[in-house]
Amino acid sequence: MNKFDLNIDKTVMKLRYLKTLRMVIAVVFFMLTAFIFLDFRAMGTRAIAGEVLYLQFVPSMLNFLNHAAIGAAGFILVLSFTLLFGRIYCSTVCPLGTLQDIISRMTRTRITGQGKKQKRQRFTFTRPQTMLRYGVFSLTALFFIAGSGLLLNFLDPFSNFGRIFTNIVRPLLLAANNLIAHLAEYLGSNILYQVQWQRVAPVSMGILIAVAISLAVLALVGWLSARHGRLYCNSICPVGTLLGLFAKISLLRIQIESSSCIDCRQCQWVCKAGCIDLTTKSIDISRCVACYNCLAVCPSNALQIKNHWQQHNRRELQQRNRRQLQHHNRQELQQHNRQELQQHNRQELQQHNRQEIPKPRRREFILGMTLGCIGVPTGHMGMTSGLMAMTSGFMSMPTGLMGMPTGFMEMTVGKVYAESTGQLLQSRPTTIPEKRTSPVSPPGSVSIGHFTSTCTACHLCVSICPSGILVPSFLTYGISGLTQPHMNFQSGHCNYECTACTEVCPSGAILPISKEKKKLTQIGVAKFIKENCVVYTDNTNCGACSEHCPTKAVHMVPYHNAKGRKLVIPKINESICVGCGGCEHACPTKPYRAIYIDGNPVHRVAEKPVEKILEQKMDGNEDFPF
Amino acid sequence: MDRRDFLKKAIGSGIAAGSTLAFTDFSEVGKLWAASKESKSAWDLVAVKGGEPDLMFDSAIASLGGMQNFVPKGSRVLVKPNIGWDVPPERAGNTHPKLVGRIVEHCITAGAKEVSVFDHTCDNWRQCYKNSGIEKAVKEAGGKIISGDSEGYYQKISVPMGKRLTETMVHEALLEADVFINVPVLKQHSSSMVTIGMKNLMGVVWDRRYWHRNDLHQCIADFASFRKPDLTVVDAYNVMKRNGPRGVSVNDVVAMKAQVVSTDFLAADSAAAKLFGLEPADIRHIKIASEMKLGQMNLKELSINRIKL
Repeated sequence: MNKFDLNIDKTVMKLRYLKTLRMVIAVVFFMLTAFIFLDFRAMGTRAIAGEVLYLQFVPSMLNFLNHAAIGAAGFILVLSFTLLFGRIYCSTVCPLGTLQDIISRMTRTRITGQGKKQKRQRFTFTRPQTMLRYGVFSLTALFFIAGSGLLLNFLDPFSNFGRIFTNIVRPLLLAANNLIAHLAEYLGSNILYQVQWQRVAPVSMGILIAVAISLAVLALVGWLSARHGRLYCNSICPVGTLLGLFAKISLLRIQIESSSCIDCRQCQWVCKAGCIDLTTKSIDISRCVACYNCLAVCPSNALQIKNHWQQHNRRELQQRNRRQLQHHNRQELQQHNRQELQQHNRQELQQHNRQEIPKPRRREFILGMTLGCIGVPTGHMGMTSGLMAMTSGFMSMPTGLMGMPTGFMEMTVGKVYAESTGQLLQSRPTTIPEKRTSPVSPPGSVSIGHFTSTCTACHLCVSICPSGILVPSFLTYGISGLTQPHMNFQSGHCNYECTACTEVCPSGAILPISKEKKKLTQIGVAKFIKENCVVYTDNTNCGACSEHCPTKAVHMVPYHNAKGRKLVIPKINESICVGCGGCEHACPTKPYRAIYIDGNPVHRVAEKPVEKILEQKMDGNEDFPF
Repeated sequence: MDRRDFLKKAIGSGIAAGSTLAFTDFSEVGKLWAASKESKSAWDLVAVKGGEPDLMFDSAIASLGGMQNFVPKGSRVLVKPNIGWDVPPERAGNTHPKLVGRIVEHCITAGAKEVSVFDHTCDNWRQCYKNSGIEKAVKEAGGKIISGDSEGYYQKISVPMGKRLTETMVHEALLEADVFINVPVLKQHSSSMVTIGMKNLMGVVWDRRYWHRNDLHQCIADFASFRKPDLTVVDAYNVMKRNGPRGVSVNDVVAMKAQVVSTDFLAADSAAAKLFGLEPADIRHIKIASEMKLGQMNLKELSINRIKL
């Protein structure tokens, strides 16, 4: 036993507190992350989102890969931590992990006897889901390398958490808020206020799909965590799998001291990862989520945290000696203590196998992954390039094909909803559909390409948008961009002075942007369909579009009409239009708008509105004109 | 307590103080006498010029006999400014916060039980409330600023005199109010030429789109018949002369330093239109409202107290 291990032995009692520490950190991360998604009153989210979400693995990785920003290196920190301590990310930072722990804790507590005593159901050791695990991981990696983040987005635990909270928990919270606000207002207090549903989430195919997916994931994760602890993290989650690979070579890890183990199995019963195998006295460190529950229950201090790298070196030396020994003196070897051999050999055989055969492959795989991510082709990757090309072809094809029906479907659903809320309808419905050639992505997202390749669809921007205009899409961006948010001006417009979404996006899909720059970012351009316009169809004044226009790109010009009325009709100065959607939002025509925003696939810079000084001088002393 | 004291004094000696500058002939003196006797004002309309928004209102309301003429003790008051846009006060897209705050103070001093303030905004409502400075001003004055952003706050009403607008959803704060004070800002407007008091009432309904697609001017006039404000205070301190109603920059604004106060909203709108440089009859909704006999459009028919500070 070396010096380090001795130190550990002295602090063995303190190891019990690691679980408490882990729980405290997990609760803090969970509460903060949940708060960010549920902060519909905007009580400080924007100030803390960057810090709180810094360590979220997938968004951070995407941010880093796309922008090579040091500020986005949170995932490297996570990898480093994993190399040192194992998968602590999974038990502290990952909000879906903590959510599973909460569900698991609630559902596994069963009431026994007279309903007084509460008893936890026990976990047992489970076999690793190796095929599923690495299969899902490889497929996710392949999709990603092929240019589709679809699988990554739908398997990323943080984004899943975000979607669950945005699309399920948040609406429930708002319903509760509205109910309580109503009661409070009835009692004369306006400390709360009611929130308009339509503002928060205009009903569309996108939002329905997002809700359906979130519910499905919640059901799956909930069921798995209730029945099998952290099975999701150890079979499906690609982050769990990747961190598991890193954990296999981690420095400090929990080990069972077989000499002190009394086989009481308490550690196994509390191990939600099911990774403690007491028959071999081994722990599958790639599945261990570092929850430290086992450390807290072990009555005989048999579970200890050891420096694996030192042991590893020692063991390799031993192995080499043993091989020589085997070679030279086989019979002598057999005279060795058999029990000890069994104990050691099994462990070492595994170790040996791992090191001798799969290790280079794994290394190559990780290397390939990393290189692949940054666009360096490797021989290893070449093999799969055909498959990748196929995948990417499959992914890109529906984009074009589905583009039109999507817009149509989302519109239809939205419109039907709008119809149902208003009792007074326009006498003559408009006839000419809007021709939308591109969806509108939020300011700061640079281009549709940049946005869709970086967005993990965590829906934080959907949660945070004060105007509620960022909504999950259906096929707007193609299948690959399923539920990635787009701008929908159905029930709101992008507030000219607002940069909320750009301040919180954890993946860098929406990059931070100053107010001044935002005011000159053209995300789309207003298009006018005269034949749909009230001024043209009814010969009455409207001008709602121009009213809302912050740059007066939409301005009113005299309109000569058959009835000889004094009318004005909108005209668009596209160069100063920023595509905020004020005009589209305000336009009262149905079912098609007379003015709408057609997205810019690549955002442009709008010109500044020309500001002339008013010549009219006011004289405070002049008489009243009446 | 300085301000309260001032208000009390203003109420006590208000009529005389406020109208001294307007003494032009003896008929006015007669009216003043009548007014002080009944503690009701003789003026149909008060126009003030040359002061800060709050001070102009002090003198205007004094000349109308003080706020207690309009706000009975224990009453619920709704003050409805224009808070439509997420712009700072100097852009004049919204009613001046100083004016709104001072009106709330007067109401509370007069003994109002509750003074509520809201607008159904066009830009994001919380940003509008905040950046207009109105939320702060109202809270400091002791008023209650409430949301107009949820359909849950609106109730369906019918508009008996409405030609195109026969029914609409109106904010419950208006339906519950004993006293309704409309505080519009005078601005150029892309669809209705100019926005004053009647147009400002679009901010108490839920569905504005219906108005826009069903003859806007007719709907504005129709709705004016639903509930006449007890007092209309037109803020013409800073006036947006173009690019309205939102405005693009401060260059769209002139400092007019004026205010119009009247119990007759049509008179207030007409006087404000004149201040803006338009003939009231040229603004279709004013003309329709006049034809509906909702008020007096012809300023020559009114007794006007003109105050210069």
